[in-house]
Amino acid sequence: MFESLSEKLQSVFKKLKGKGTLSEQDVNDALREVRLVLLEADVNYKVVKDFIARVKERAVGQEILESLSPAQHVIKVVNEELTALLGGGDSEFKFSPRPPTIIMLAGLQGSGKTTTAAKLANLMKKQGRRPLLVAADVYRPAAIKQLQVLGGQLQVPVFSLGERQDPVAIAKAAVSSASSGGHDVVILDTAGRLHIDEELMGELSRMKAEVSPHQILLVIDAMTGQDAVNVAGQFNSLLEVDGFVVTKLDSDARGGAALSIKAVTGKPIKFAGVGEKMDALEEFHPERMASRILGMGDVLSLIEKAEAAMDQKTAEELERKLRENKFDFNDYLEQLQQMRKMGPLDQLINMIPGMNAKQLAGVEIDESQLSRVEAIIRSMTNDERRHPEIVNGSRRRRIAAGSGTSVQEVNRLINQFEQMRKMMRGIAEMEAGGRRRPSIPFFG
Amino acid sequence: MRLFKGLFQKVDQLVTGRRPVDDELFDELEEALIQADLNIHTAIRIVDNLRDVARSERISDSEDIKTRLKEEISALLSSGPEGGLAVSAEAPAVYLVVGVNGAGKTTSIAKLANILKSRGNRVLLAAADTFRAAAIDQLEIWANRIGVELIKQREGADPAAVVYDALQAAKSRRADVVIADTAGRLHTRSSLMEELKKIGRVVERESGRPADEVLLVLDATCGQNAISQAQEFKAAVPISGIILAKLDGTAKGGIVITLRDELGIPIKFAGTGEGISDMQEFNSREFAEALLG
Ligand SMILES: Nc1nc2c(ncn2[C@@H]2O[C@H](COP(=O)(O)OP(=O)(O)OP(=O)(O)O)[C@@H](O)[C@H]2O)c(=O)[nH]1
Ligand SMILES: [Mg+2]
Repeated sequence: MFESLSEKLQSVFKKLKGKGTLSEQDVNDALREVRLVLLEADVNYKVVKDFIARVKERAVGQEILESLSPAQHVIKVVNEELTALLGGGDSEFKFSPRPPTIIMLAGLQGSGKTTTAAKLANLMKKQGRRPLLVAADVYRPAAIKQLQVLGGQLQVPVFSLGERQDPVAIAKAAVSSASSGGHDVVILDTAGRLHIDEELMGELSRMKAEVSPHQILLVIDAMTGQDAVNVAGQFNSLLEVDGFVVTKLDSDARGGAALSIKAVTGKPIKFAGVGEKMDALEEFHPERMASRILGMGDVLSLIEKAEAAMDQKTAEELERKLRENKFDFNDYLEQLQQMRKMGPLDQLINMIPGMNAKQLAGVEIDESQLSRVEAIIRSMTNDERRHPEIVNGSRRRRIAAGSGTSVQEVNRLINQFEQMRKMMRGIAEMEAGGRRRPSIPFFG
Repeated sequence: MRLFKGLFQKVDQLVTGRRPVDDELFDELEEALIQADLNIHTAIRIVDNLRDVARSERISDSEDIKTRLKEEISALLSSGPEGGLAVSAEAPAVYLVVGVNGAGKTTSIAKLANILKSRGNRVLLAAADTFRAAAIDQLEIWANRIGVELIKQREGADPAAVVYDALQAAKSRRADVVIADTAGRLHTRSSLMEELKKIGRVVERESGRPADEVLLVLDATCGQNAISQAQEFKAAVPISGIILAKLDGTAKGGIVITLRDELGIPIKFAGTGEGISDMQEFNSREFAEALLG
């Protein structure tokens, strides 16, 4: 769907093959593309404007690094500025020296507060703390029940006074019961509300005044558009939030809202929500977010995920094979098994640069198909696995019969495998071409 | 309607006071459209057209530019099918409601059920979000408040089976409309999209035709990603319309212009609050006429 930024810039710079410095005209041409990319990613119009001005100031007249093309050089500058803007601030999560640490979550309707509250409780519990979840959303039907169900799954107690009490009173009562109950963290789940709803915003101010939370976190949906600046600005000016949680980053949203909210408030993004499961809460990585906003994919996140599931040596071996184009069906089979440890395949696919599940529509990523794929590979001889190009028509018929599949399926797998090899080589080369991390293990 | 009021207020402010028709004006128009979450390319295209028209027709009055802009956007919004809900010759009509997590599906269903009931329909809700914690309870509370029937199973049950049950119940109880709530799902999760397809197949098998409406609920706060959402959901189930929720905030939801113009999906309802009556029919033609009239 989107032409990647690097491709766009490459065409902008086609005429400019030489080295030297970047002229104002070069930079302007390039930044016009960057501007579009940022707007496509939902970065707020005004934030984009400021950002572009900043990059321009830095880039004009700069010496292009020896090892980089002009396009790469501009991407580097843009990426660095973006990363700097997204990061910074105190993103670390601080606990109060005098427990309990009180965390208050706030945000628009449907942004993901309740799920985030439960995920935070899960995280804290894993750190050996004793969190208490507090059901202070008395408005949305069954919101309390939702938190209770999640608390039950996590075996974290949930404090509730039902839905007839004032949320401020609930929060107060919860905090005093936390101390006596031996809880060292209190997580307040509040009702979703509009930033322009004076009455409900007033309720949050009162809650803040009554229980003095140590951390007020604003929960923002990664799919938010231009309005993110208004929402974050308003919540922040009223509550002085300590930071943000950006949710639903497991979607294909480019997440420009993250840049917008950071730019208008200066407050750090502390956590990233990446799925519906209780452990799908990660620390926020500005450099990944930068490349995601630029549409360059979440390569690093992918690598990390893969590495977590795969031991280092296998990964290095694989990377070498990829680069030398020696990746074969034996490796593929091994990867299929590794992959199952990494989580849902479609999620992984979404993190690959310039690619998402829909672009891979021709490539089977349905997990139910994996066993058929495995069966096909297992019916190949070792020679065939190592040299897919020798698998001719009669071999294909034999393999199909042996694996209980059809010749078409075998054909499809072999074609897709070739496609995939090409794609992976592309990624490996891109990685080798100057980015921070040299290693690029197979994504599955 | 709020979206357009907001959007055009901005435009009105920009172009009142008879200012010169120059680049600055067009830049500001583009900015206003982009800030209203129009698709970037749609916004650029609209403003470029306007620029051409202004040049070739030598328009020197900024008021005329304003009129042209409204005409253009209204035309984009009133192309394609009209916004009413499908009624079927053979009861019950089946409406599926889908969308990403937290978009406003369950609340919109309650509002829709309320509207349909007040028009004299016997409405039956299917609690086919069996995934999210307490989703069934949430819908049940609404069903009780409105006074409509609800078919449910336990949490974790197969959503297609809930829909099947609901269709059986609807036939025997002679319900006019079945509205099925579904779990929020990201459009990028292919396995969850398969689940939706399965629900669609069950409807088709049991009622002899596809769902009469498949409504995609879109959060007005959502930006450019709405296009991807609409495309992916549309690829899985035949989306027949959009419910644009949360228009009571400051977000403008301008992205729907592209959804209508390029994907041909009409916008059917607009949600304007958390209350049961906070939803209106969205009629783009009426809106366009009111705007131009
Ligand atoms: N202000 C406002 N809030 C709304 C509107 N529609 C829904 N909401 C709120 O948005 C939140 C989420 O709504 P739900 O109806 O639960 O959304 P959902 O899509 O069913 O959510 P999941 O089932 O969890 O995916 C609730 O707090 C609703 O009250 C609207 O038009 N305006
Ligand atoms: Mg729901």
